[in-house]
Amino acid sequence: MSFNSILSERTENRVEGETRSSGMPAFFIDLNLDQVIDAITASKTEYDLKPFFYTSLHTFSTIAYRHEVFLDLEDNRIADIIMDFAKQMRIIREYHTQVEKLHYPLQKQFWFLDAVEMYCEALKDFKRKLGFCSLTSTGLQSFWQYLRNYLDTEPFTVFAAATKELKRDLAEIKYCMVIKDNSIRVRKYESEADYSSEVEDTFSKFKDGSVKDYTVKYPDYPDMNHVQAKVLEFVSQLFPEVFARLNFFCTENTQYMDPLIRDFDREIQFYIAYLEFIKTFKDHGLAFCYPKLSADSGDICDTEAFDIALANKYSKQLTSLVTNDFYLRGKERIIVVSGPNQGGKTTFARMVGQLHYLASLGCPVPGKGARLFLFDNLFTHFEKEENIQDLRGKLEDDLIRINDILDSATSQSIIIINEILISTTLKDAVFLSKKIMERLVQLDLIGVWVTFIEELSTFDKKTVSMVSTIVPENPVQRTFKIVRLPANGLSFARAIAEKHHVTYESIRKRIGS
Amino acid sequence: MKARLMHRDRDFNLRQPLPWNEAALTQDLELNTLFNAMAQGDEFIFSVVRNAVFTGMGLDQETILYRQHILRDCLKNPSVTREIYDLILEALESKKKATWFIFSMKYPDSILHTSLDVMAIFLTMLKKLRIYLTDNIENLESEGFRGLSAMLSRELDDKYLARVEAHLKQLKFRDGTLISATLGMGGKGIGFLLRKSMEKRRPWYRLLFPGKKQAFTYFVNPRDVSGSSALQELNRRGINAVANSLAQSVDHIENFILNLKTEMAFYIGCLNLNEKLSEIGEHVCFPEPAEFGKHKHHFKGLYDVCLSLTMKKSVTGNDLEATDKNLVIITGANQGGKSTFLRSIGLAQLMMQCGMYVPADSFNADLCSCVITHYKREEDKKMNSGKLDEELTRMSEIVDNLKQDSLVLFNESFAATNEREGSEIARQIISALTENRLKIFFVTHRFEFAYGMYVKKSKEHLFLRAERQPDSSRTFRLSIGEPLQTSFGEDLYKKIFSHADTA
Repeated sequence: MSFNSILSERTENRVEGETRSSGMPAFFIDLNLDQVIDAITASKTEYDLKPFFYTSLHTFSTIAYRHEVFLDLEDNRIADIIMDFAKQMRIIREYHTQVEKLHYPLQKQFWFLDAVEMYCEALKDFKRKLGFCSLTSTGLQSFWQYLRNYLDTEPFTVFAAATKELKRDLAEIKYCMVIKDNSIRVRKYESEADYSSEVEDTFSKFKDGSVKDYTVKYPDYPDMNHVQAKVLEFVSQLFPEVFARLNFFCTENTQYMDPLIRDFDREIQFYIAYLEFIKTFKDHGLAFCYPKLSADSGDICDTEAFDIALANKYSKQLTSLVTNDFYLRGKERIIVVSGPNQGGKTTFARMVGQLHYLASLGCPVPGKGARLFLFDNLFTHFEKEENIQDLRGKLEDDLIRINDILDSATSQSIIIINEILISTTLKDAVFLSKKIMERLVQLDLIGVWVTFIEELSTFDKKTVSMVSTIVPENPVQRTFKIVRLPANGLSFARAIAEKHHVTYESIRKRIGS
Repeated sequence: MKARLMHRDRDFNLRQPLPWNEAALTQDLELNTLFNAMAQGDEFIFSVVRNAVFTGMGLDQETILYRQHILRDCLKNPSVTREIYDLILEALESKKKATWFIFSMKYPDSILHTSLDVMAIFLTMLKKLRIYLTDNIENLESEGFRGLSAMLSRELDDKYLARVEAHLKQLKFRDGTLISATLGMGGKGIGFLLRKSMEKRRPWYRLLFPGKKQAFTYFVNPRDVSGSSALQELNRRGINAVANSLAQSVDHIENFILNLKTEMAFYIGCLNLNEKLSEIGEHVCFPEPAEFGKHKHHFKGLYDVCLSLTMKKSVTGNDLEATDKNLVIITGANQGGKSTFLRSIGLAQLMMQCGMYVPADSFNADLCSCVITHYKREEDKKMNSGKLDEELTRMSEIVDNLKQDSLVLFNESFAATNEREGSEIARQIISALTENRLKIFFVTHRFEFAYGMYVKKSKEHLFLRAERQPDSSRTFRLSIGEPLQTSFGEDLYKKIFSHADTA
């Protein structure tokens, strides 16, 4: 199989082309995915990875292709090799930045040569190390074949040898400077003896134990002052042949880097960045899995899943992070979440949205064994701050937004709704909600709806009720567990009553006694 | 190069840890009085003698005698001793003056120049010291001083000093610096190395025709400030290594001189004390240390040097012959000189073990691995633990740190309870201790304890008693004698119930 991109097996559809136009998806902020992607890419800004994370896939084969690569990279040895390569490539880029910044042509040539040398060495090293790995993914296997072929054939082999030779010849140059008053004379080195060590020898008899190091540290800035430049110029005149070769080399090889390898270096970071991000969570015992994706909306589930944005926010206290399970079977389509406030309902809704989105990127997702739905579109409708500029009322705004969504949604879409229609009377809210629910049920799409309107949970066979729960002994304390239970506003009140011993039985007993 | 005035084979280390019970020893034996008399107000000497006295425990016989010989030389030649010390002080003072204005060690050239100056000061001093020792060598008999003189003559002969002189001159770089380099990152010079210029060695006619060698010269315009500093930096990089090496050499020499100063300070301290004691009419002798564990205490006229220094007059000394004894129990009248005696035992032991003379007519005792004191303490009101509790805590600490061949001095220990209990505690502790290879001196008022030990009639025990003359005056002398129960109670009985027996 010929290699094209580590992100996709398809040659006709490179991810980069796919995403150039599209920015961050609309639902990112509602699902807190913006925070997640920011965190994932924070240390990798140089790779401009966000476009990859903004683009969901719609073909099973590409998702499988990525799963394979992820699995290979979960082997630390392979990941470390890639990271080493990335580190070297980064240095090479820094060298080129340096070339741009520097002033003196000779100095630019030196930096360019160093970059090229490092490139050759980095590739050889990479190839050698990858050779020791058992790569199982189609993506990495075909990349390795590509790399091998590239390194073992003519233009590269000749080029690498020439680089090495030039580098060696330059390193062998040794010259002398005579500094006196305001003059500096430069000439070839003529085997003059090392005077420092002669002085050191003279005083060696006093040596005893260790003393302070008086060597002054001179920071090595890449910049050159004009005296140093003058010295380099003199040296180039003392050794004209080598410097002529250097000049020729630099003008001949401006486009030396292979574009596919350069792209690989960037694109592989999509995987590395994601794996690095989820490592903290995994280290704390939180589970990740490769979801089975299907086009069958009637069968989704995950266990021990969690809100990855919340986990990221509380990455210092991960042991207390609560995980949740859910499933939809048969005709079930819409999860209606109700229950006490601050109980993790919104988190739950976000989580379901995140899981599906991350799955559509071909990434492992939170949970122990997920079966998720490959959607065509993901919609969210979350309570928004009232906008003064917006002349429409809040209720109207809510309805316009939901209507837009309903118009574009299909049976292959996913919708996450969080506490809408609260700026109207309960009667209105119930009425409107039911109308909206009718449409959703008609569309037969998958959805999560967080609401205080419990009637919605028993709307239809397609709706499923889940509630946030509390600790019975201390109702103020939330468990953040969302469980499949009939919506029952009483359980919360009852727990509080029990705590204060004002339940029926309690009051009877207390009065009786 | 080593001074070797404290050890035959190594330097004296002023930073070596002091024994764990250093504070207790200082308090119980009033060691600061001794140290102050030796230091004569010099903090440095104070710290040296303090360290030397505390770390003497553990030295072998050979080292003690080695120091004794040097000290004998010093006592015989006080002015020579002081002259050597003054030479050292003077050089260190000159160094301070030469370097006080160096604010930073940021530049190799300033490091180099300062080092050149200081090197000259130090080598001049060492040369003087070499000559001074050679001139006085007939009066110095000890291996230590002779070794120092020989070492200096060997290491710093005129030929070597001339070579140094030549380097010091060359390092002023009157003809510019010759620096080699290679090309590093971006073609900037790296691996700067100062080279020995060979230009001068060429025949004169080569100087006339230097032409064949290809060379390029760049002159920095004097008004080009950044150019000048760039040139200066190149030069500094070039001399960086040699400046470091010279500065480190200076440090090494300074360390040698400081060490010499430290070791000499011990003898200056001894000299000071001796002069002080002579002034108040006291005398000293060089002790004969016996092997560890030999259990020997044989002395004549041993006095408490701290008491003498405090009272500024000659005090009564004691004699003792205690061969093969591991327990000496001292009883007797108050104010009878028991504590003084106990302190003189501890002081003499410490002084002997660090190589000093001791305050006695003659002194012969076995070496001990450490001197430990357990003295009755004033009650500390801040502490919650009761007095006996505190005493036993200290006792427990002692047991933790006890080594074979320790010398343990008890002064009215375990008195913070009634006679019976205190005696029983003391009996149990002492019985346990004497079963090990230790030597114990125990001052006590506890008759039941003292008498209980006495009736065992052990050959290894010795009982001393502070005497009171019939006229109640005290001699401050101790003599061998069994513990006596105070007759005070009996006297009282007799006095009040004068007719009791006859009734």
